Amino acid sequence: MSDLVKILNVFCLLSLLAVGGGSAVLPQMEHETVTLHHWVTGDQFATIYSLGQMAPGPNMSMVALIGWQAAGAAGLLIALVAFYLPSSFLTYGCSYIWDHFKDNPWRASVQRGMAPITIGLMLAGVHAVGKTACINPSHSTHFNTITCITALAVTGILFAKRINPALLMLLGGVAGWFLLRAN
Amino acid sequence: MPPAASKQPGASEIFRVFAKIGITSFGGGLVAYLRDALVTDKKWMDEEEFLAALEIGQTLPGLNSVNVAIIAGRKLAGPRGAIAAAAGLILPGVLLLLVLGILYDRFRHNPNVAAALAGVAAAAVGLLLQVTLKIGAKQFLNLRDLCFVLGTYYLVAFHHVSLPVVLFLIAPVAIILCRPKSAKPNP
Repeated sequence: MSDLVKILNVFCLLSLLAVGGGSAVLPQMEHETVTLHHWVTGDQFATIYSLGQMAPGPNMSMVALIGWQAAGAAGLLIALVAFYLPSSFLTYGCSYIWDHFKDNPWRASVQRGMAPITIGLMLAGVHAVGKTACINPSHSTHFNTITCITALAVTGILFAKRINPALLMLLGGVAGWFLLRAN
Repeated sequence: MPPAASKQPGASEIFRVFAKIGITSFGGGLVAYLRDALVTDKKWMDEEEFLAALEIGQTLPGLNSVNVAIIAGRKLAGPRGAIAAAAGLILPGVLLLLVLGILYDRFRHNPNVAAALAGVAAAAVGLLLQVTLKIGAKQFLNLRDLCFVLGTYYLVAFHHVSLPVVLFLIAPVAIILCRPKSAKPNP
C-alpha cells in the first residue's frame, strides 16, 4: 500500500518537473527508483530504459515497467497515470490561456535560458544509464569495452546516416548476443 | 469566412488516428508522425496551429508528443478528445512494453538473453547521447550556455543535486541572464 503511494508521489513530481521533454528527468528518476526506493536495480533501470526506447509511442512509457517491478499491476497503472496525468492536466488548462502569454517577452527568455539546463540534464541522463550499461565496474574490461564501442558506434552512425534508432538497438542486441555471451 | 473544418471527428476516430501513431512509431520521432497525421493527412490542424501546439507542448512540463496530443484532442472534441488522443498515443506502446517486460522477467537470467539485453542497453545510451549532442549543438558552441550545460551535468551526475533544486535555483539564474531587453530595440 505505502509503496503505491510512494510510486504516485515520485511519478507525479517527475511529471511536473519534466520540462524540456522526458529525458531531462532521467537522472532524477534513476536516483529515486534505484538509489532511494530500490524498486529496480541499476541494471534493470538501464534495461527498462532501453526497452522503452525500442517500443513505439512516447519514450517514457517505460515508467510503466518500473511501476510493475515495484508493485505489480497496480504499480504499473499508478506509475503510468501519475507520470502522464499531472503534466497533461496542466497542458490542457494552459492551452486555454496560452494566448495571453504568447507575446510575453519573458517566454523567449525562459526557453532560451532553459535550453542549456535541459541539455545538461540530458547529459546527466546519459551518465545515469551509461554508468551501468556501459562503464560498469562490476563487469569485466572486455564487457565494458564492447558496450562502450556499441554505444559510441550508435552515436556515430546516427550522426552519419538517417536510420531508424529502433533498428540500431536491435543490432546492438545482436552484437551483445555474439560478443558478450562469454562473460 | 474561414474554410469549414472537415467534419468534426468523434473521440473514437481521434483514438484510432493517434493509436496508429502509437503502434507504428518505432524508434521515436513522434512529433513528425503527429504533424504528418494531423496537418498533412487528416487536415485537422493547419501548420500554424500545429506549431503553436508544439510550442506550448515544449514549454510546459511533460513529453512534447503527449502534450501536443492533449492540445489537438481538446481542439477537436473537448476533454473526451484529449483523453482519446493521449490514450491512443500511449497505450499501444505500453502493451508492447508489458510483453517485453514479461519476457525480460522470464529470461533475464539466461546468459544469451542477458548478453543481448546488455547490447540493447548500450545502444540506447548511444542513442540518448546522439540526441543530446544533436539538439544541444547550439548550446555547446556558446560559452555561457556551455557553462550551464556542464555545470548542470556536474552537479546532477556527480553530486546528485535534485531536479527541483536545478529548476528552482539554477534555472532562474539562466533565465535572468537571458532576460528580455527592457528598452525597445533600436531601429
